[in-house]
Amino acid sequence: MKPFAFERARDVDHALSLAAVSPGARFLAGGTNLLDLMKLEIEQPPRLIDVGRLPLADIAETAGGGLRIGALATNTAVASDPKVRSRYPALARAILAGGSVQLRNKATVGGNLMQRTRCPYFMDAAKPCNKRLPGSGCSAMDGLSSTLALFGASEMCIAVSPSDMSVALAAFDAVAETVRADGSVQRRSVETLHRLPGEAPQVDTDLAPDELILAVELPPPPEGGQAWRKVRARASYTGALASVAVAGDRVALGAVAARPWRARAAEAALADGASPAEAAAAELASAEGEDGRKALVRRLAADVIRQAREGVGS
Amino acid sequence: MLTTIRVNGVDHDVDVDPRTSLLDLLREGLDLKGTKKGCDHGQCGACTVLVNGVRINACLSLAVMHDGDAVVTVEGLASGELLHPVQQAFLTEDAFQCGYCTPGQICSAVGLLAEVAAGQPSEATADLDGPVTLTDAEIRERMSGNICRCSAYPQILAAVRRAAGAAA
Repeated sequence: MKPFAFERARDVDHALSLAAVSPGARFLAGGTNLLDLMKLEIEQPPRLIDVGRLPLADIAETAGGGLRIGALATNTAVASDPKVRSRYPALARAILAGGSVQLRNKATVGGNLMQRTRCPYFMDAAKPCNKRLPGSGCSAMDGLSSTLALFGASEMCIAVSPSDMSVALAAFDAVAETVRADGSVQRRSVETLHRLPGEAPQVDTDLAPDELILAVELPPPPEGGQAWRKVRARASYTGALASVAVAGDRVALGAVAARPWRARAAEAALADGASPAEAAAAELASAEGEDGRKALVRRLAADVIRQAREGVGS
Repeated sequence: MLTTIRVNGVDHDVDVDPRTSLLDLLREGLDLKGTKKGCDHGQCGACTVLVNGVRINACLSLAVMHDGDAVVTVEGLASGELLHPVQQAFLTEDAFQCGYCTPGQICSAVGLLAEVAAGQPSEATADLDGPVTLTDAEIRERMSGNICRCSAYPQILAAVRRAAGAAA
């Protein structure tokens, strides 16, 4: 691991002022992804700003009947919260499908949104990767991987977001509230917080370097059933081959794009009276990738939409 | 960087390089070799310890993040000659072969029992609104962060089941 300066933030303003004067610095919360990448020297921040003890872990109902989840709430705290379990069960299920208990006890909501791809070529510092080293090429394009993007990829990068949680958040139309050193507060849709790779896959999100996530806000859960399912290579404790979250008439797909992928074509088809299978096929019509992977996602999406309608998915 | 950390009930004031993982502080700095380094990337669970009563991977945490925290390692579970019920259950059920993953398995199981007592759900919990019943499927899912290359999983399952019965 490369040397770095370590600072514990006293409060949010302190964290932001440190970030504003520290090019390349990173906020540190649970550290479960960032420290792993620093050991591999894929991340080499000159300074870590420890925000882990800031008072941003509350989970509270909002005036509008939704839920505000502090950015430093652990994955375990969110999945265990009675309000989440009873009103947003697809979110609780998505979080419980991620990592191990040890990781979920430490990992935070804000950190989950900021985690980086697990593309095996990004994780291998010996391989070309445009996301890790801009201009070096994409090893995944002709490589071996069962977890490549089906939607929104570019010639530069076909990596996917590894977050299970954000798939459910996208299905609930969640918003991330952030603040910058100049005091400006922004509300960003979780669905589009992450950029599609385009010509600059090294930039994961729209967040500025001095922009800190304060909370995630969920509107009231939509009418209708919810369901969640994750398909992976073993029964527990590994990343998704694909996942699907359904909340009412909203459908989000996971591990198929650089962001949680709202299946708008499927949603439109369902609104027009299509069956779950027809809706899933409508979404996958624009997918680019291996036929087998497309078929997996198509069948999974149809199943989970059906489960949500039958009220058996969560 | 000066850091005060309580390990197994004893306060330690240590001056650590910020890069030092909690795991390396325990093993190299405090000579507590019970906690094992397996993958060093949060994938195997051999380094599992309890921080403020909660199980985490000590390899994916910096020692400087734990100023003021209370850490319990496998060395801190027994009371003198009296083994912790989870340790005794692992012996009774012969829940190990080489033993390298065992300290992590035991600390993980201690954390598991507290999580179940607190009503925290897992992916194997059928009804998120209901109480948690510690079925075998629940134990397997909740212990999935601890890998055993000797594959003593059936015995580990039995040990956790036994310890849960003793705790109930």
